[in-house]
Amino acid sequence: MAEQPMPLWEVFIRSRTGLAHRHVGSVHAADAEMALQAARDTYTRRGEGLSIWVVPSAAITASDPAEKGPLFEPTASKIYRHPSFYEIPEEVGHM
Amino acid sequence: MYSQALNERVEGPRIVEDPEKLAAFQARIDAEERIEPNDWMPEAYRRTLIRQIGQHAHSEVVGMLPEGNWITRAPSLRRKAALLAKVQDEGGHGLYLYAAAETLGVSREELYEQLLAGKAKYSSIFNYPTLTWADIGCIGWLVDGAAIMNQIPLCRTSYGPYARAMIRICKEESFHQRQGYEIMLALCRGTAEQKAMAQDALNRWWWPSLMMFGPPDTESRHTAESMRWKIKRFTNDELRQKFVDATVPQGHYLGLTFPDPELRFDEATGHWRFGKIDWDEFRRVLAGHGPCNRERMAARRKAHEEGAWVREAALAHAAKRRARERAQKIAAE
Repeated sequence: MAEQPMPLWEVFIRSRTGLAHRHVGSVHAADAEMALQAARDTYTRRGEGLSIWVVPSAAITASDPAEKGPLFEPTASKIYRHPSFYEIPEEVGHM
Repeated sequence: MYSQALNERVEGPRIVEDPEKLAAFQARIDAEERIEPNDWMPEAYRRTLIRQIGQHAHSEVVGMLPEGNWITRAPSLRRKAALLAKVQDEGGHGLYLYAAAETLGVSREELYEQLLAGKAKYSSIFNYPTLTWADIGCIGWLVDGAAIMNQIPLCRTSYGPYARAMIRICKEESFHQRQGYEIMLALCRGTAEQKAMAQDALNRWWWPSLMMFGPPDTESRHTAESMRWKIKRFTNDELRQKFVDATVPQGHYLGLTFPDPELRFDEATGHWRFGKIDWDEFRRVLAGHGPCNRERMAARRKAHEEGAWVREAALAHAAKRRARERAQKIAAE
């Protein structure tokens, strides 16, 4: 008997106020409400979170790791985007 | 418990990999880079991981059964709450691991189907019965202790999702071992009968715990490949020795003896030397002929079958609600 697959959800948790929600893993659940409950039971058994997001995994669009060269290379050559590119005399102090 | 999985042949057609890609992959591994789900990987690496993570997940889930046996009979509310929390953790660990395996392109349903059909294995240790309350102490102390020994190096395993799952698991697992040792301590400080119960449990769990690390290195066929790919970082025998060295003094502190007349401290190397492991027993249990193999599988099948209507109903309810929302939206437009 082939079982109907349960939808997959990605789980994001905010561990403290002031911090962003962070991806912690995934759960299977029939709907969003059950996904939230499953995420609570699976990922916050020791007070790890103050807030949970669940997102259908299928709703995520990801970049292709094989394309990471062309995608990210343009930033590698732009070293003038970093503060250390600029020379400030020592006498001026911290800037 | 789980490196047992690395000692069997990976099934499936032989695939000839592109030597250039293979070399680039090995270079990433050698540079301690983590491999992530969408990265290129050799088919044998993928299969080995699916099998190992799957077996690891199954072990967590089946591992709930021997301990679940004692939840209703725990001797105090404190012990009962701790045991419940521990068993719930094992279920959670199973879920982290199934999720990690799914990133390799296999579904949880498929993995579960393999377990229920008897095609996938789980750790041999869970095929032994829990006869007394002291067995719950021994499982925490020895079985979880051996699992931690195996799992700490897996936090640095080369496959990212597996390593991340192991980090979470290891954090939670140390409570398991401590609660087990505390149970043993309470029994050993109790009446003569309670201490005898603790000794009896140690006598029965010691050798199966040593078998959890898998066959000796001389017989382990796939260790070399798994080490080269840094799925595995220590050999079975190395981990087993670490476990014995850590555990023997803990047992002596309890005032217990180990069921091994050859056990002795080797001053020259600083290691505890132990006697010969009965590998025939290990192979029998893995092949399905341990004391509880049939009972464990029957319990998993029953739980899966009796839960089927809940899963179906949840999916049907979600589908109905989606359809209703769609209809309302169309009506509103």
